[in-house]
Parts: sequence; structure tokens; C-alpha cells
Amino acid sequence: MDARAQGIDIAQRELHGGGIIAAIKASGIEYILALPDITTSSGLLAPIAQDASFRLIRVCKEDECVGIASGLSYADKRALILIQHTGFLDSINAIRGIAVEYSQPVCMMVGLLQHDPEKTPRESPRYGVRIVEPILDDMGIAHHFISVDADVGKINPAIDKAYAESKPVAFLIGRRPK
Amino acid sequence: MMKREECFRILARHIKDEAVVATYSSAVDWVNLGPRVMNYTSIGAMGLDSSHGLGLALGRPDKRVIVLQGDGSLLMNLGSLVTIAAVAPKNLVHLVAQNDTYEANGSQPIPNLKIDFASMARASGYVASYDFSDLKIFEQQVAHVLEQDGPVFATLHVAPTKPLEYDYPSLYDPAKRKAFKAQWRS
Repeated sequence: MDARAQGIDIAQRELHGGGIIAAIKASGIEYILALPDITTSSGLLAPIAQDASFRLIRVCKEDECVGIASGLSYADKRALILIQHTGFLDSINAIRGIAVEYSQPVCMMVGLLQHDPEKTPRESPRYGVRIVEPILDDMGIAHHFISVDADVGKINPAIDKAYAESKPVAFLIGRRPK
Repeated sequence: MMKREECFRILARHIKDEAVVATYSSAVDWVNLGPRVMNYTSIGAMGLDSSHGLGLALGRPDKRVIVLQGDGSLLMNLGSLVTIAAVAPKNLVHLVAQNDTYEANGSQPIPNLKIDFASMARASGYVASYDFSDLKIFEQQVAHVLEQDGPVFATLHVAPTKPLEYDYPSLYDPAKRKAFKAQWRS
């Protein structure tokens, strides 16, 4: 492969936090409910923390986010949960009870810790990552893999749909946003 | 020793249009006092009542939210004390009925009967924190507890009750959630 073609290929495999944040804003998200995740820490959470258009709530444990997001939704306030996939796994009962059984618009952005960004989540070298999509499928939760800039366009319509239908949605972040 | 239902009966005299978030045994005693649209008894996961309360309080800072939580529930979400104190919603009152048991799950004891929730809330940064074990003192001070800027915390030391009947279809009724939302948005 020549250098030019390789350059284009690399560029296509990049993910920029600025694009994700713009999509979050376009979705009417006012609250970010977060517990730091190494995949998204510098590329998303750090700039969000400096962005006055968001209200950032830092939680002690990820399942708190599910209750807070649900409570906010009763006043039509939109929230995005920004957590690591380990926190998602730890919050399964809250997601089951609140997001799924009570049909609440709980929007989650989940960093895939130690995932190989050139692979799909199901092909991940990490067991904890490999089981995320099957769990979401079994729970009937819509999910979208966000690994390159071209995927960012999925965010806004999916959040709008989640709030319109009062259902949860998950975005799986497959590489560290720049 | 106070009884939870007695405390709630006193509390109810001071309630107007506040959202009251109540779960499990607290929810049973609270709803037994009478139907009310602004009761929020659909939680879905034990311990998250305080987090629901925080979300509700943030969504409508012009309205007040009262969380009626059990000690077992708070133990499952102790971090919410820290989160709530950091966010510091002025319109949130957090009451915990402490009977030292997981009453809804067979009245087994909580892990440590010496736990002091009021001190934990104070140390977490709640604006005010109270510890009530005398019904007359609670009756004298409840209005002040409910009216001051929050987040406010209070432990109500209550006796375990006889096994309650949990009408979960009613507590979790989607129609009640819908009615609550309609009024909460208005």
C-alpha cells in the first residue's frame, strides 16, 4: 500500500471527541452522568468537564446514573451516561429494572476497556468486552458501535429515538477519541 | 421506639405538592395514608430511590422532592450520599427509616447495627443532618426539616414492623408513572 493510501486509511480509522460532543449537543443532552473510563477520559470526559453547555454530575458508582437519568426524564431533561463497560456490567440490575422493565429513556455511552479498535466488540480479545453486545441483545437494548468518525452520525438519531420511544440505548466506544 | 407509620402520618400533615419518592416498606406505609399523584413508588432496583430523587430534584428545581428510603436501600447505594451532597440540590429532603433490617426480604438484619447514617450524610456534605428517635421531637422539628434549603438528611429510628403486604402491581403501575410525569412536568 502506498503512503497516500495508507494515510487515508489511517484517517478513516480515527475517532474525534469533538465530533461526538457535537452530536451529543445536537441531541439536546443537558446532563452528563459520569464515572471515569480510560477509553473516553481524555477525549470526551475532560473536554465535557470544561464545556459550560453541559452539566456534569460525577457519581460514585455507575448504577446511580440510571436512577438519576430516569428522574431527570420525568421533567423532559435529557442525560447521557458516560461509563466504562465494567460499570455497565456492574449496573445490569438497575438497567434491567429501570431502563428495560420500566421503559425509561436511559442513554449510555460505554467505553470498551482494552478493546482492540480494529475488531468488533464480539471479536474483542477481552472477555468482558465480548459479552457486552450479547447482553444488550438479550435485554433488547438498542446499541451502536462507535469506532470511527463515520459512526458518529448514529448518535443523534438514536438518542432522539430513545426519548421518543422512552427506551434505553447504548453506544459502545471502541477506541480512544482524540 | 418510633413507628414508621406514625412518623409518616406526621410527615403527611406537612406535605403539599412535593414529589415523594418511596420504596418497599416505606412505600407501603406511605401509600396506605392515601392515594396521591405525586407519589413516586416505581424504582425498579433497590437502593436507587435516592438517585431517582436526585434526578427528579434536578429536573424541577422549583419543586421539592422528599425521598423516603429504608436503611437497607441506602446501604446498597451509600455513594449516593456523596453524589447528592456534591450536586447539592436545595430542593431535596432525604429521610431514611432505620429499623436495622431488610424488612422486605424477610427482616434479616443489616450488616452493622451501629451504623450512623446521619453522621455519614453530614460528613458527605449535606447542608443539614438530623437523627430522630423520639416521635414528639420529630413532630416538633419536621416542618423545619422539610422547609430548609437542602440537601437535608434525617434518620428516623423506627421499630421493625410485622410483615407487610406488598402490592407490587399497584406500586409499579405504569399508569401511575404516567400520571406522575404529567403533573411533574406541568
